[in-house]
Amino acid sequence: MKNKALGIFAAGISLLVVAAPLPAHHGSAGYDLDKELTMKGTVTQWLWANPHCFLKYDTTDDKGVVVHWAAEVSNPIDMTRRGWARTTLNVGDQVTVTVRPAKNGAPVGQLMKVVLPDGKELIGWTPLVR
Amino acid sequence: MLRQRTNPILAGVALLALSVGMCAQTSPPKKPIAPKTQQAAPAPRRDLSGIWDAENTMEGISPRGVASHAPFTKWGEDLANNVYKPGDGPRRVSVGLVNDPLDGCDPAGFPRNLLFELRPFQVVQTPKQVLMMYQYQRVWRVIWTDGRELPKDPDPRWYGYSVGKWEDDYTFVVQTVGMDERTWLDNAGDPHSGEMRVEERYHRVNRDTVELTVKIDDPKAYTEPWIAREKFRLKLMPATTDIAEMICAPSEAEEYKKTMADPLSK
Repeated sequence: MKNKALGIFAAGISLLVVAAPLPAHHGSAGYDLDKELTMKGTVTQWLWANPHCFLKYDTTDDKGVVVHWAAEVSNPIDMTRRGWARTTLNVGDQVTVTVRPAKNGAPVGQLMKVVLPDGKELIGWTPLVR
Repeated sequence: MLRQRTNPILAGVALLALSVGMCAQTSPPKKPIAPKTQQAAPAPRRDLSGIWDAENTMEGISPRGVASHAPFTKWGEDLANNVYKPGDGPRRVSVGLVNDPLDGCDPAGFPRNLLFELRPFQVVQTPKQVLMMYQYQRVWRVIWTDGRELPKDPDPRWYGYSVGKWEDDYTFVVQTVGMDERTWLDNAGDPHSGEMRVEERYHRVNRDTVELTVKIDDPKAYTEPWIAREKFRLKLMPATTDIAEMICAPSEAEEYKKTMADPLSK
């Protein structure tokens, strides 16, 4: 797994330009809001559901160790407005995912951005939601 | 280049549309002329029928809770500080510790459905009722307009008991009592009691706009009545708007908890 920490400032400025805040009634307190990780992964499940949609994907590090990640975005209605769909992601897709990770080190996070196999980028959560 | 050429054409088409019956322009104007600001049509009398949405949809969702509220009573303060564990607002806790009833798909209840997740809703008027049907959780309320009194000691309901009347031709006022104490007022875990009385004022400014004001009067939880939303602007949506389904399914919520919330709480 090749993790690349990104400064929230640099990433945030570009996202702020295009993104409005999304609601979250589950809050953000468990996530490290000052950190972002970008990683390549393989989609194992994309749940298009309330209260929040979430993406499950696997990453593999240099030693072949597989980590099962899960990253959440908002609900289907909000995500539809932002260009996402039930069919956006499919099992087996190779994607690049940027998350704000859990503070406790668990492999879960807020999905900030995904780059799809065709190179298209979709914004998930935004830096404004803290 | 193309843009420069097409602008006058578009402007001409717009002008033509705006000037039916006027003399045709002999040539397109060199610069686009902004159409005059169109005033919304006047409000119909005693009519809220239609599909409404927050003018700024993000304000309708209000994830942080109400902007401010009257001071808590001791009872209210105890609930807010020691019992309710919200995921948002000044008393927010980590995801795994949140005990927001919405997370298990309990009903949002009234008036939380007005203070959080006020998404598109449809108003239908019948001779004795005004029905309000909400996208969020796909629920509806019945507001009786047949002159009946509010119940004196009702069994609690998630959405209470409501009666309404037209204060004037453009202002519909709703009184609601009997709300279930288990619901929260908002995402920030602001509490209410079963003694709460809520007043909604729907003032139709014109055909396209309604201003909603929500007043909370709950002497058990707050030291004085307070305004939770003030002249909150709602816009009339096209009659063809298909209100989406937005339902919290317990099985999906459980999957979310297992996948996202539980790892965060370890």
